[in-house]
Amino acid sequence: MTWWQRLFKKKEQEKRLDAELRFHVEYQVSEKIRGGMSEEEARRTTRLEFGGMQSVKEDCRSARSAAWLESTLQDIRYALRSFRKSPAFTIAVIGTLALGIGANTAIFQLLDAVRLRSLPVPNPRELANIRIRGGNPGFGISHDQYQLTYPIWEQTRDHQTAFSGVLAWDLQGVRVGQRAQARRMQALFVNGDFFRTLEVFPSQGRLFAAQDDQAGCATPGVVLSHGIWQSEFGGQASAIGSRLMVFDHPLEILGVTPARFSGLEVGRDFDIAIPICALEVLRSGDQGFKRRDYSWLTVMGRLKSGWTVAQASDHLQAISPAMFEATVPTGYSAKSLERFKKFRLEAVSGATGVSWLRTKYDRSLWLLLGITGLVLLIACANLANLMLARASARQREFAVRLALGASRARLIRHGLCESLLFTVAGAGLGLALAGTLSTTIVSFLGSEASPLHLDLGIDWRMLAFTAGVSLIACLVFGLVPAFQLSQMDPGSTIKSAGRGLTASRERFSIQRLLVVMQISVSLVLLVGALLFVRSFRNLTTLDTGFRQKGILLGYLDFTQLKLSPAALKPFEQEVLNEIRNTPHVDSVATTSNIIVGGGMWSLGVRAGAVADAARFTWVSPDHFKTLETPILNGRDFNANDTEGAPKVAIVNQTFAHRFFGDSDPLGKTFRTAPEPHYPEAEYQVIGVIKDTKYFSIRSVIDPMVYGAADQYPPGRNPWAMMYIRSSAPLGSLGPAIKQRLNASHPAIAMEFHDFRRQIEDGLIAERLMAALSGFFGALAALLATIGLYGVIAYLVVRRRNEIGIRMALGASRRQVIRLVMSEAVLLIAAGVGIGVIGSLALARTASALLFDLKAHDPLTLAAAAVLLATVAALGSYLPAHRASRLDPMAALHYE
Amino acid sequence: MPPPKNELPQGTLDLLILQVATLGPIHGYAIAQRIQQISRDAVQVLQGSLYPALHRLENKGFLASEWKDSETGREAKFYRLTAKGRRQLKSETENWHRLSEAVGLILGLVKGESS
Repeated sequence: MTWWQRLFKKKEQEKRLDAELRFHVEYQVSEKIRGGMSEEEARRTTRLEFGGMQSVKEDCRSARSAAWLESTLQDIRYALRSFRKSPAFTIAVIGTLALGIGANTAIFQLLDAVRLRSLPVPNPRELANIRIRGGNPGFGISHDQYQLTYPIWEQTRDHQTAFSGVLAWDLQGVRVGQRAQARRMQALFVNGDFFRTLEVFPSQGRLFAAQDDQAGCATPGVVLSHGIWQSEFGGQASAIGSRLMVFDHPLEILGVTPARFSGLEVGRDFDIAIPICALEVLRSGDQGFKRRDYSWLTVMGRLKSGWTVAQASDHLQAISPAMFEATVPTGYSAKSLERFKKFRLEAVSGATGVSWLRTKYDRSLWLLLGITGLVLLIACANLANLMLARASARQREFAVRLALGASRARLIRHGLCESLLFTVAGAGLGLALAGTLSTTIVSFLGSEASPLHLDLGIDWRMLAFTAGVSLIACLVFGLVPAFQLSQMDPGSTIKSAGRGLTASRERFSIQRLLVVMQISVSLVLLVGALLFVRSFRNLTTLDTGFRQKGILLGYLDFTQLKLSPAALKPFEQEVLNEIRNTPHVDSVATTSNIIVGGGMWSLGVRAGAVADAARFTWVSPDHFKTLETPILNGRDFNANDTEGAPKVAIVNQTFAHRFFGDSDPLGKTFRTAPEPHYPEAEYQVIGVIKDTKYFSIRSVIDPMVYGAADQYPPGRNPWAMMYIRSSAPLGSLGPAIKQRLNASHPAIAMEFHDFRRQIEDGLIAERLMAALSGFFGALAALLATIGLYGVIAYLVVRRRNEIGIRMALGASRRQVIRLVMSEAVLLIAAGVGIGVIGSLALARTASALLFDLKAHDPLTLAAAAVLLATVAALGSYLPAHRASRLDPMAALHYE
Repeated sequence: MPPPKNELPQGTLDLLILQVATLGPIHGYAIAQRIQQISRDAVQVLQGSLYPALHRLENKGFLASEWKDSETGREAKFYRLTAKGRRQLKSETENWHRLSEAVGLILGLVKGESS
C-alpha cells in the first residue's frame, strides 16, 4: 500500500488496527481463563501486561507513517543545508531557472490571451465566424477582408437556417460629450439580437432586444460596458435611464454589461454599445453604412444543436449565390461585378473570437515561444552541467554516505529533492518575472492611437504549462547527475577522489555533449536574433521616398459647422492659411489618404492596351514639397488644377513603367474604371515622382496616381487630413495649432499625431521580434559561454595533477594554455558546426517575418558564428590562463 | 521465582519477529508466545513494542499480512515473510553473528587481560 492510499484509507486503517489488538487481548484473556483465572482477574492482568492501549496504537500509527515522512523531511533539510553552504551556486541555479521559466511563461501568457483563450460567453464552442470564403481581395470599400456589407448581413440574418441566432458588430470611435468635455470612446455597433445570441445578460438595467435595432430607429438607446459604468458613473444604479451625448445626440442609457464581457475582439475593448440602426441618426441621415459595396460588419452565429461548423459552412455556401445576386452594387464595371457575384460565405470556428492581434502577432508569438523554449533548454543544460560539476566535487561525500549504508535509491531521491526545491524556487520567481515581462510587452505593443487591453490573468492552462516546463527542467537536470552517482563504486571513489591523474573520458562525456548542444542551440538563436535585428534595421532605414521626421498629421472635422458645399473650399483654404501662419510651420498639404497609415484606395486603370489597378490619392499643391518627395519629371499641381479644368495626374515610376513602358509618360492619358462616386474619367499625366511606399512600409510598391484635391471625384468632404511640416518639436506644435484655430472656430474638432511615431507603431511586431529575439539570443550566448567556462574550469581542476607534472617536466605556460584551449576549441567547433546546420534547417520558419533579407543570409550566419565562437573562446581562455599560472608543486600536492 | 526476563537489545526484536515468521503465516499473539517459548521464557515480548514493530516491518515490505480465521474461529491478522524480508533476515542474521562474535572476542580479551 502506498502512502497516499494510507492517507485516504485512514478510517479503514484504524478499524483494522483496533481489531488486531482486540484479537490479541481476547486471546490472552481466554488463555488465562483456561489457566484457571476468573474472567475479571484475567482481564485485569491482561490490561496490565498490555500497557496503555492508546500509546500502543499511536506507536503503530507512527511506525507506518514515519518512514517516508521522516526521510523526506531529512532530504529537504539536507538539501537546504547544502544550499546554504554554496550560495553562489544556488543563486546561479535558481536565477537561470527563473529566467528560463519566466520568459516561457510570459510569452505563453501572451499567446494564450491572443490565441488560445475562449470568448467570455457561455458555450463559446457553438460560435462560428461567418465570412467571405478566401477573403475579399479588395472589392469596394472594406476595413478587413473578412467583413461583410450591411445588405449581405441582412440577407444572412434572414435566410440562414444553421444558426439559432446570428450577430453582427463593428467597433468604431465615437465622440461622447460636447465641446470641452468631448472625448473619444470605442463604440460597439451591434444588431438587436447581439447580446441574446451571445447569452450575455445585463449586470444592470437591460441590454438590447430585437426591437432596439429596427430601420430608422429614431431614439436609440446605449448600453455601457462595466468599465465605463464604473469609471464614468461611479457604478451608480442611477446611471440607468440618464442620457449620454454621442455625436451630439442624447442616447438613453439602458443597462450595463457584466464585468467579464469585454467584447469579441481580443485586445480591443469597447466602452459603449449602440444598435447598428442608430448610425443613421448619429451620421445625420447618412445611409452610407448600408452601401452594397461597403464591407464593415463582422458576423458570427451560434450553431443550432446538432450542427457542425462544416455543415453550417456548406449551408452558407449553398445560399450565397442568391444573396450576392440580390445585393449587386451599381456603378461598377461588369468585370468587378462578376467578381462580386462569385463571393461565397463560409463558417469557421469562432470560439476564441476574431482578432487583428492574432493575424498580426500570431506567428511572432509562436516563434518567440519557440525561442524561449530553446533558451530554457540551454538553461537546463547549464543547470545539468552545474549539478554534474558539483556532484563530482561531492563525489567523496556521496561515497562516504554510500559506505555508511545509505541506499542508492536514497541518494537519487536526495538529488531529486534538491532539484525539486530548485525548480519550485525558480518557478515561483519565474512566475513573478513573467508578470512583469508580459505587461511590459503588452505596453510595448499598444500604441497611443489603439491602446491594447489584454486580460493577462493566470489561468489553469498557464499554471499547467509552467508546472510542466518546471518539471521537465527538474527531471533533466535532477536525474542525470543522480543516475551517474548511483553508478559509482564507493570504495574506489574514496580512494581516488581528487587524485586522478587525468580525467576519465567516460565520466565527462555528458558534460561535453551538453556544452556542444548549448553552443549549437545558442548559435541558432543568435542567427535568429541577428536576422530580426537586421530586418528591423532594414525597415527603419529604408528609403520610403518621403520625409518621416518633423511631420505632424492633422485630422480636422468641420461637420459641426454645417457648412454648405460651396462654402467648404474657401473655409478649408482659410483654415490651411491659419495653420501655415502658425509659428514654426514650414508647409502644409491636405491628402485624401495618409500614406502607410493602413488605408488604401484603388481604382481600375486603362491606358491603351494595358489594364490594371492603381492606388489613388488626391492631394493639395504643396504635398510633394511637404513630404520632400522629388518630382523627377514634369510639374507639381497648382492653383489652376481646379474642379472644372482637365483632370491631371502625377504618377510614380512604377505606374509610368507599368502603363507606358519605356516611353515618356508626360502628356500621356489614361482612363479610370467607374465606381460609385468615382465615374469613369480621363486623366493626363503632368508629372512623375520617385517611387514611395504606400500601404505599409513592408508592402511592395504599387502603381500610384496622385490627383489634385480640387478634382476629387466625390467632391469636398467636411473634414480634412493633412501633413504639417515643422522644424519645431511636434509635441508643442499640435496644441499651438489647436489653440490658434479654436480662437476663431471653436466648433472644429481636431486631432494631431506624430507621423514618424505612427509609422513606428506600424512596425511594432518587427520591433518586438528584434528586441526580444536579440535579448534572448544574447541570453542564450551568455548561458552557453558560462556553460563552456564551467566545463573547462572543471576540466582544469580534474587535470590539475597532469598539468602539474607537465609543467614540472618543463612544459611552458603557452603549451599548457594550448592544451586546455584545444579542448575548448574542439567543443566550440562541434557546437558551431551543428548550429550552422540547425540554423539552415530552421531558417524557413522565420523567413515570412523578415524584410529584404534572405533567411539563409550568409553574412548573418558568419557574423553569428564568429561572435559566438569569440565569446565562447574568451570564456574558456580564463580557466586556461589560470591553469598556466599553476604552481607545479602545489598542483602535485593537491588532493 | 522465575528467572529475570531480559530486555531485548535495540533492533533484535525485528530479527526475532522475522525469524519466527519463517515458519509460516502467524498472528501477533502467536508471535509473542513463540518467542517466549523458544527462548525458554528468557525473553518476554511486550505488546507495547511488538505491534509497532510488526507495523514497521510490514511498512518496510519485510512482512505481508492478510486477514483470515484463526484457530479460535475469530478473524485475525496473519503475517508472513516476504522475499525481501527473507533477504533482510539473512543479512541481519549474518550481521548479528559477526557482531556477537566480535563482542564475544572483545569481552574474552578484556577478561584475559584482567585475569
